[in-house]
Amino acid sequence: MLHPITNAHFLVLSAALLLIGTIGVLTRRNMVVILMSIELILNAVNINLVTFSRHFGDVHGQIFAIFVITVAAAETAVGLGILIALFRNRETVLADEVDLLKW
Amino acid sequence: MADTILFYIFAAFVLGGGVLTVTRRNSVHSALWLIVSLLGTAGLFLLRQAEFLFAVQIILYIGGVVLLILFVVMLVNLDETARLRQFNKAWWVALACAVVVGIEIWYVLNRGLETLEPGEAPQTAATIEGNTERLADVLFSEYLLPFEIASLLLLVAIVGSVVMAKKRI
Amino acid sequence: MVNFLDLIWLIPLFPLAGAVTMLLAGRRLDPQPPSEVALAPGVAAASGGNGHGDAHGHHPAAPGRFLISLIGPGTVLLSLLFSAGAVIQLAGLPEKVHEVVKYTWIPAFFFHPAGGGGARLAADFGFLLDPLSAVMILVVTVVGFLIHVYSIGYMGHEGGYYRFFGYMNLFVFFMLTLVLANNYLLLFVGWEGVGLSSYLLIGFYFHKKSAGDAGKKAFVVNRIGDAGFIMGMLLMLATFGTVRFVDVNAALAGREPETGFGVLSAIALLLFIGATGKSAQIPLFTWLPDAMEGPTPVSALIHAATMVTAGVYMVARSSALFALTPQTSFLVAAVGAATAILAASIALVQNDIKRVLAYSTVSQLGYMFLAAGVGAYWVAIFHLYTHAFFKALLFLGAGSVIHALGGEQDIRRMGGLKDKIPVTYRTMWIASLAIAGIPPLAGFFSKDEILWQTWSSPLGSKALWAVGVVTAFMTAFYMWRLMFLTFHGRPRLSEEASRHVHESPPVMTVPLVALAAGSVAAGWIGMPKIWTWFGEGFRLFEHWLAPVFAAATAHWHAHAEAHHDVSIEWALMILSVVIAAAGIALARHLYLVRPDAPEAIRQRAAPVYNVLYNKWYVDEIYDFLFVNGLAKGGGSLLSRFDAAVVDGGVNGTGWLTRFTSTLSVWWDTWVVDGSVRLIAFTVKMFSYPARLLQTGYLQSYALVILVGVAVALGYYLMR
Repeated sequence: MLHPITNAHFLVLSAALLLIGTIGVLTRRNMVVILMSIELILNAVNINLVTFSRHFGDVHGQIFAIFVITVAAAETAVGLGILIALFRNRETVLADEVDLLKW
Repeated sequence: MADTILFYIFAAFVLGGGVLTVTRRNSVHSALWLIVSLLGTAGLFLLRQAEFLFAVQIILYIGGVVLLILFVVMLVNLDETARLRQFNKAWWVALACAVVVGIEIWYVLNRGLETLEPGEAPQTAATIEGNTERLADVLFSEYLLPFEIASLLLLVAIVGSVVMAKKRI
Repeated sequence: MVNFLDLIWLIPLFPLAGAVTMLLAGRRLDPQPPSEVALAPGVAAASGGNGHGDAHGHHPAAPGRFLISLIGPGTVLLSLLFSAGAVIQLAGLPEKVHEVVKYTWIPAFFFHPAGGGGARLAADFGFLLDPLSAVMILVVTVVGFLIHVYSIGYMGHEGGYYRFFGYMNLFVFFMLTLVLANNYLLLFVGWEGVGLSSYLLIGFYFHKKSAGDAGKKAFVVNRIGDAGFIMGMLLMLATFGTVRFVDVNAALAGREPETGFGVLSAIALLLFIGATGKSAQIPLFTWLPDAMEGPTPVSALIHAATMVTAGVYMVARSSALFALTPQTSFLVAAVGAATAILAASIALVQNDIKRVLAYSTVSQLGYMFLAAGVGAYWVAIFHLYTHAFFKALLFLGAGSVIHALGGEQDIRRMGGLKDKIPVTYRTMWIASLAIAGIPPLAGFFSKDEILWQTWSSPLGSKALWAVGVVTAFMTAFYMWRLMFLTFHGRPRLSEEASRHVHESPPVMTVPLVALAAGSVAAGWIGMPKIWTWFGEGFRLFEHWLAPVFAAATAHWHAHAEAHHDVSIEWALMILSVVIAAAGIALARHLYLVRPDAPEAIRQRAAPVYNVLYNKWYVDEIYDFLFVNGLAKGGGSLLSRFDAAVVDGGVNGTGWLTRFTSTLSVWWDTWVVDGSVRLIAFTVKMFSYPARLLQTGYLQSYALVILVGVAVALGYYLMR
């Protein structure tokens, strides 16, 4: 159990976090929680990037992680804006009750 | 040794925070547990000698994004929502698919396991320099354009979110 | 000197020119008054009866009418003169045959006769003058001329004067063509032509329905015979490859008589069928009595002297053929004898003067065929020649009587006329003696010769002779019955008729006298051989015709000569005279001495009387069998055929169309539409699951992305 920590551990961890986040996106009805789950996914990606950056010894992975965080922030802001607009119109934040994405 | 223990502690934060984020009924609780998960991630960054990211994670992610989420939660008033059913009806489908994907990732990892063994961390001049300096060095030279585009993106996001949230455009 | 022999082709053309002139231009020459009906034939003119002038004896005639009176008989006179000239010149030839081919009609029509090989049908407008046709043209032109002259008076007040002469001339043209032809095909042209003229002339009084019906009946019955003639001609063509008389006779020369029924017998039989139609023998005789609907001159010329004798002429012309076919010849003789006695029996009880004469004609024609059938061809022609004289005379005399009485034809309403119309009476008296067979008049010689030949010829039989004798008795009887009832006894005339009675004008009586002279003297060139006190000059007729029939009679002539029993011939001759006299005496007794006796006999023998009076019901039988049978039976058969086959075909086509359209519809509905609907159905079926994908829920779309990731990852892992 007390093996030295290898990259594999980090990758497994990030994979697990990814799956948790995916399940959260697909399962929760509350759209705010869905957005939070998306953050989890992005985090898992960041862990992965940093692990490999450390593995190869250059900073490219971390730079990319910076950009991921930037985009995540932008995307969360816009997404929350959409959520508010939706809430204003439909009085709900539940994903089940907005089936507007169809013909 | 300490690395290992710290790793597992931070891993517990991450995973446990993640699970709890996904499963809490109260949105505010979910947000708080998200903070815990992000903190764990930050710790992991630190373990991997990504100090700048550790700092950015805490300041931006926790102090910006999650805070924003909390503001919105308070704006949207989710008290009644907390009383309703939280998981949608076909949750088992998502679970099954996730499991499948998990198995596939496990398989991949198994196949490439030997490549993931770290030798010695490469002792390059970069580690002596310091992480932040190195990041800045690459960021403003090689990745200048993406940097500027990212800033533009942030601008667009600001304008967009303001527009989206307005009552009357 | 005109070479009449080379001009014999003109002989038929004179009357043709006359016919064409009168039929095309006659209306202008003899304009009818504005009211056609008034002067239409058969309809009474100003006064009653058969058309008379307004003043008695004064017959107004337009100048155009005079021209017609000139042209009509005139052309026949021209033909007569040319015929006489040609015959005289023919007599001077060593080989009494002269053939003039005017124009080749069918030069070469190739065909394959039954015997194999190839042959050419060649027929021309060719005219043959030999002794037989010489006799015929003289008979036709002389009697024809006399009758034309008679008609000037008889038809003088009738409407359609030009039409009458036009048709009469047309008839003479066809008859002359018939007798002058050198091949069967041209003969047939004349044959048909005289049939046509007969139809036109019988139906001359076209306003009367009975006349039109009689004309049609004559034509139709003739046609039946003509069918036989045509078939015989075609069979002859197939057998010999030619229809020219000389060629056919040449082909027949040297053959042996047929035993059994072979192709020659078939040809002869078919030709004879044609003859029965034209010459009114059993079974095609029914048209002749009805033909009396025509004017009396027509009856005289066509149905006594000339047209009906065409059949006899044709048989005589084919003597070589008939001589080689004894079975057919016997049939000819038997039919002739049967017809003779049948017609005579009917004539015994008829009351219309013309009907009696019509049945008498049929009976005498039977005699001619009897003669031809037993091989005595020259005798048949001899009887034809003498019969032409006295029968034409009888008819013209009857016409004179009718004219005198203003239209009366029933002999029961005549009587006591002999002093009132003396010329008519005396000439008819001569003719009646002639037909009864009293010597030395013409009829005796010909009839006696027929009876003798029937008895003695190897082709004849005693039974046929007996029939002939009985018929002779009947002939004398009914002829003198006619005479006594018409001219003798108490007058039984109607009021009108007795006022009207007058002798006919000379234009009518002169021909009567001329014919009477012929009836007396015509027989004097055919004396019997046993009358040896007369020289051979008195047997001119037989010698004249001998070359024509030499081939035919060669077979048994020698045999006949050897067995010539003189005493039997004398006995039979005296017997026939006695029987004729007995017939006359019986008639005198019943109709002059005891006029009420016939009525008693009629009542005692009523069934026999009825059968005879109703003409043995032959017309009724034919009506039932053929007219009704064929018409109704054939009509019903045809209508059933039409309904079943024709309509069935149409209905079947309709059904087929509907059926194929049903198939089409099925194909269209199930296959064509089906494939279209199948495509639509498939798309619809695919759309159901596809629709499910579009839920509108965010998370389902995200799920699909995840599934896609899983699949893609799996794919890459499997590689």
